[in-house]
Amino acid sequence: MNEIFRTTIIQISIWVAVAGVILALIRGLIGPTPADRVVAIDSMTTVATVIIALFAHLFKRFIYLDVALVFGLLAFITVLIIARCLERRMI
Amino acid sequence: MIILNVIRVYAGYFFLIIGSLFLFLGPLGILRFPDVYNRLQAGTKSTTLGAISALFGIGLLEPGWLGKIVILILFILLTNPVSSHAIGRSAYRSKVPLCGKSVVDKCEEEHIYKEAK
Amino acid sequence: MNKIVKILFTAVIYFVVWILLTASLKIEEIFVGIIVSLGIALFTFENFTSKGLRYFSPKRLLYIIRYIPFFLWEVIKANFDVAYRVIHPKMPIKPGIVEVKTSLKTDTGKFLLANSITLTPGTLTIDVVGDRLFIHWIYVKTKDIEKATKMIPAHFEWALKEIE
Repeated sequence: MNEIFRTTIIQISIWVAVAGVILALIRGLIGPTPADRVVAIDSMTTVATVIIALFAHLFKRFIYLDVALVFGLLAFITVLIIARCLERRMI
Repeated sequence: MIILNVIRVYAGYFFLIIGSLFLFLGPLGILRFPDVYNRLQAGTKSTTLGAISALFGIGLLEPGWLGKIVILILFILLTNPVSSHAIGRSAYRSKVPLCGKSVVDKCEEEHIYKEAK
Repeated sequence: MNKIVKILFTAVIYFVVWILLTASLKIEEIFVGIIVSLGIALFTFENFTSKGLRYFSPKRLLYIIRYIPFFLWEVIKANFDVAYRVIHPKMPIKPGIVEVKTSLKTDTGKFLLANSITLTPGTLTIDVVGDRLFIHWIYVKTKDIEKATKMIPAHFEWALKEIE
């Protein structure tokens, strides 16, 4: 009983967060300027980091948190580099 | 002792739900607001607090993981504003206009950028 | 002497991060952690810290402890503010970019101030030029530099002056 309650709560949280990712994806597809698309990517990656951590709790795997950490790190560097290219008019 | 455990678990669920709600509201703001800078505001603030709250909920549910969760929370708290700052600056320098509702734009800023180049 | 203190300070921070990452207190892990954090600290201490042990002064720690709950409360307020503006059907926004001045001198202080401004109600740092900050405000209350300085950065500087 308790186990079912736990997995239900976590699955609800994951689905709500996935809905957020989809909304950001829509903005990324229609965004009129490149900066809009970068904003969408930025928040999509933050939400995705949390989704990976939620999966770590759902499957009870400690090692998935490392995946979340590395994903967050790479996303941060990606956004910084894209912003820098945008500033120098490379895109 | 058992009551304390129950409170811990339910507080964890509460933080998870609140966090995922904010993770949903941030992208909703990104979709609704009229220009890049407003979208950046909604995106940064809501996703930061949502991520912190959801991760803290996971930390409450699994006390053994608290170390790595604390690292993740500190990482998101320090890097999220930095990346939004970088995007805002690059948007302003590549001359993305403010939306029609805007009331003030310090034009001296443009002046500074011209001098720097 | 100063150099050794800086290296040790950097190594201690790295070691704490190592302990949190491995999440175990086995003797081999701690041994490897000490070697690795000292080795990395030897190469990176110059970029990591400019003051060394002064960061551990009790007054500073006291201000950090007082600043964290204040900051978290501001973040929560900011989120409900943004959530209200997102959900409201008419979106009550009046955006604009204003300029403020800061009295903080060091890079660490400006970094913390810019991050705090970004995460608190309705404001977002766009650029920092010297001691002038350009801030995007989602609901502009004043266009004057002096008044805006009193409203936005003065809110945090009482603590950040001691922390920087």
